[in-house]
Amino acid sequence: MSTNAGTRAIPKEGLLAKFGKFREIGLLVFILVIMIFTQWKNPNFFTFENLDDLLANASILGILALGMMLVIIIRGIDLSIGANLALSGMIAALTVSNFPDTPPLLAILIGTLVGLACGSIVGVVVAVLGVLPIIASLGMMYVFRGLTYIVSGRRWVSAYQMPDTFKDMATGRFLGIRHYIIIAAVIYLLFYYFTNHTRTGRRIYAVGSNPESAAISGIHAKRLTWLTYAIMGGLSGFCGVLWVAKFASAQGDTASGYEMNVIAACVLGGVSIVGGSGKVGGVLLGTLLLGTLNNALPMINMSVFWQNAIQGAIILVAILVNTLVKRNVDRSNLARRPI
Amino acid sequence: MGKRLGLLALLLVFGCLVAAPAGEVKKYAFIFKSTGNPFGEKLMEGYKTAIEEQGGECILRAPDLPTAEAQISIIEELIAQRVAAIGLSANDPDALQPVLRKAMRAGIRIVTADSAVNAASRDVHINQADPELIGRVQVQAAYEMAKGKGDIAVLSATSQATNQNIWIEWMRKELNNPRYEELQLRKVAYGDDLRDKSTSETEALLKTFPNLKVIIAPTTVGIAAAGKVLTDKDLAGKVFLTGLGLPSEMAEYIQNGVCPWMYLWNPIDLGYLAGYAAVALSNETISGHHNESLTAGHLGEKQVVEAADGGTEIMLGAPFRFDKSNIDEWKSVY
Amino acid sequence: MEHSAGMSLERPFSWKGFFLQWEWILFLVFILIHIVNAQLSPYYLDFPNLVDTTMTFLDKAFIVLPMAYIIIMGEIDISVGSTVALSAVAMGLLHRAGMPMPAAMLCCLAVAAACGFVNGFILIKFPELAPMIVTLSTMIIYRGIALILLEDQAVGKFPLWFEYLGWEYFGPIPFMLFAFLVCAVIFGLVLHKTTFGRQVYGIGSNRMACVFSGVPVDRVRLIVYTLTGLMAGVTALFLTSRMGSTRPNVAQGYELDVIAMVVLGGISTSGGKGRLIGAVLAVFTVGYLRFGLGLRNVSAQVLMIIIGLLLIIAVAIPNVRGMIGSYLTKRKNSA
Repeated sequence: MSTNAGTRAIPKEGLLAKFGKFREIGLLVFILVIMIFTQWKNPNFFTFENLDDLLANASILGILALGMMLVIIIRGIDLSIGANLALSGMIAALTVSNFPDTPPLLAILIGTLVGLACGSIVGVVVAVLGVLPIIASLGMMYVFRGLTYIVSGRRWVSAYQMPDTFKDMATGRFLGIRHYIIIAAVIYLLFYYFTNHTRTGRRIYAVGSNPESAAISGIHAKRLTWLTYAIMGGLSGFCGVLWVAKFASAQGDTASGYEMNVIAACVLGGVSIVGGSGKVGGVLLGTLLLGTLNNALPMINMSVFWQNAIQGAIILVAILVNTLVKRNVDRSNLARRPI
Repeated sequence: MGKRLGLLALLLVFGCLVAAPAGEVKKYAFIFKSTGNPFGEKLMEGYKTAIEEQGGECILRAPDLPTAEAQISIIEELIAQRVAAIGLSANDPDALQPVLRKAMRAGIRIVTADSAVNAASRDVHINQADPELIGRVQVQAAYEMAKGKGDIAVLSATSQATNQNIWIEWMRKELNNPRYEELQLRKVAYGDDLRDKSTSETEALLKTFPNLKVIIAPTTVGIAAAGKVLTDKDLAGKVFLTGLGLPSEMAEYIQNGVCPWMYLWNPIDLGYLAGYAAVALSNETISGHHNESLTAGHLGEKQVVEAADGGTEIMLGAPFRFDKSNIDEWKSVY
Repeated sequence: MEHSAGMSLERPFSWKGFFLQWEWILFLVFILIHIVNAQLSPYYLDFPNLVDTTMTFLDKAFIVLPMAYIIIMGEIDISVGSTVALSAVAMGLLHRAGMPMPAAMLCCLAVAAACGFVNGFILIKFPELAPMIVTLSTMIIYRGIALILLEDQAVGKFPLWFEYLGWEYFGPIPFMLFAFLVCAVIFGLVLHKTTFGRQVYGIGSNRMACVFSGVPVDRVRLIVYTLTGLMAGVTALFLTSRMGSTRPNVAQGYELDVIAMVVLGGISTSGGKGRLIGAVLAVFTVGYLRFGLGLRNVSAQVLMIIIGLLLIIAVAIPNVRGMIGSYLTKRKNSA
């Protein structure tokens, strides 16, 4: 489905057509419904403290989802990010525990570089060796996870081994807002600019929606594919450091299975798994939906055994509602199109 | 193609005729729940020391995921290697029964430690500490910390974790005592031993129950995640934390007062005792029956006693209390 | 790449083409693994061991068969692990409630098939949705229902004969291996010798063309998803028999193992390509590799690295070969 190509031609936009531009409207309404329901069950939901927690907890998920969006747009998938995150986080944690004087920014740099290197390897395997993304990243997932256990000597790095400056990164605030929320916001703005207003960003969409014609128009699809995995890897490494600083602990099995949450955030946000489409705004909503669920479900007092089923049902209903809304919008767009 | 297949068949037949080597050094294996767990690493270290002190060969295994399915495969591989005894920290008390019975039929002795299998599928269990005591002592700690009054909550591992479920049951029984009339257990939350989920659950507990005085977290990941949340929210002295945790993970939160004290046992000794029991069983010094006794290296004489589930067990000791006075000497050990 | 399915019928037979097929490479790797393993461990070449170990990896292999169909259609189903858990829990509960075991086993299959049917039904009603996201949500829901049904308990105490499924032998062959081979033959015949199988390939290579040429795409998809559910039920039977009891957290992560084996078998996730025999070979190759490494007591982290690299190398080989091939022809042409 090509998105905004046709809408631009419409001379006068009705209210519905304006709505139509914002295709994730169903999702937004859905998130608000969940929030209001939670507030009704537990009046502590709409408090500064809770929303602050919610966003801070969702920030890592949100940053990873942006990288995953690029990978999915270019018709790929990356299952190795949880393991990559663990490996980068572990190496950063080992660094700060062995050299307590390491400035936090250097730790972030080290983690990001490790992640970037890992992501580049995945990118090479996919783009150069032509291995299917799902297999390449699954294979590298095992490799990175195995390496994490090996570099750590199967030990954990605990809170007391990390210097305070490192841990303060996660707890610190700037203008009353937690660092992580600001970091995530900045990265979202950067990505918005990158995907919408840079040549490279647009080319990623071009390769994803039609690789053949992109190749004919002289785009280096392989290089771009590699780039998306490298960016994904860099973000995973970056998040690895954030993760380790936030929880003040690095384990071998950190974030195992987290890739599924990230993919879910993307797909909920309307990133099409067949490639070519996906928007930063949508990913933001997808992340917010999952973040809200993770925050809200423990706050409404219900049996823990029901949590899974309810979470799954909410995700399914959200997707279906969103699809129905989109269908409606598409239909009315078609009806409005001047023939 | 026919030729190749024929060759393969020949190879297989030939292989079957070659008798397996026998009469070498006896092999003893230990399987922990999953790899890369500091508690498990120390437990296996103790097991290995015990086996090597007695001249055996030690095999240490752990699956990459903490599932019963993965442990079944490993046990099959160990049966194929004809080990003398298997030490085990089980991911499921019942699901290993068929494969362990197969192992026992092949003459392999089964010792469990840390997390038992049911009575029918083991020779003896090494119990770190009496589950009743573990459950009760945590409620007593909470009572003391809350000064007898207020809300408490439990932050556990997964809802399927057997050890935790037994301990929580004993906590509830202890809470039935009229002494705890003013202590309200408001919720048992499950952090699934994941950092992020344990953090969200802890935050939700704090917001949902404003009178919360104590969080009891009988699981290593959960207690550390809760310690981090309470530290970040500056709640030291207002909401207390206790439970079962690794000294290394908890050192920070014991020193900053978030967790006045907590409990655990010594995994090295636990593994060491399991190692001695495994060798004694395979040498038929003991058979795993009630009232037998065994000399376990530097731990001295230990008794085989009847366990609550109808099987037998050897008790290591009481849970060990970690607080500000002793955490520094333990934090670098495990 | 040679692994396009039925096309070879029209092509003249060539020995070179035959041996360069992906399935042949897998077969050679399979033999190589046996030889290496036999060198590394004295316990490896022992008939009972070799046969027994199939029972440790064949339980999930039953799902590999229909998953091959799904991936040939260019789709994916990641709810299979949860389907196993839900159907196993349903069987355990029904048996505990007094239902005779054979009836409970049928119900297990029925529940599993229903799970697959629901996946297929949602997908044909919402054709614009990706199977990945639909089955991702049903994956959470099915395990969630299992959790609601059984909470923190386990169910077991099945009749003794039920253990036969996962532990006993049919002559010298484990019953499970026998059952798997029978299923594999049936799935292979249906895929390669029937109209239905051709339709599965058709949907994978060009869905639009299928729609316009009157292939009942929706019906085929619905059947394949239901079949996947059903085979997850078969896995549930064998897994439960092997564990003697069940709880809501069984079969975690099975979906990735199953998908990896299908793709390792030369079936492309972009659809329309591959043969069932490849997936079956992949099951045994990976199974014996793990067993051999297990006999050497290789640690979990090294095992992970080996399996991961193997996965990538195996899939990269044909591509690298193709790249070298095209480089050589280019040089020849320019010379």
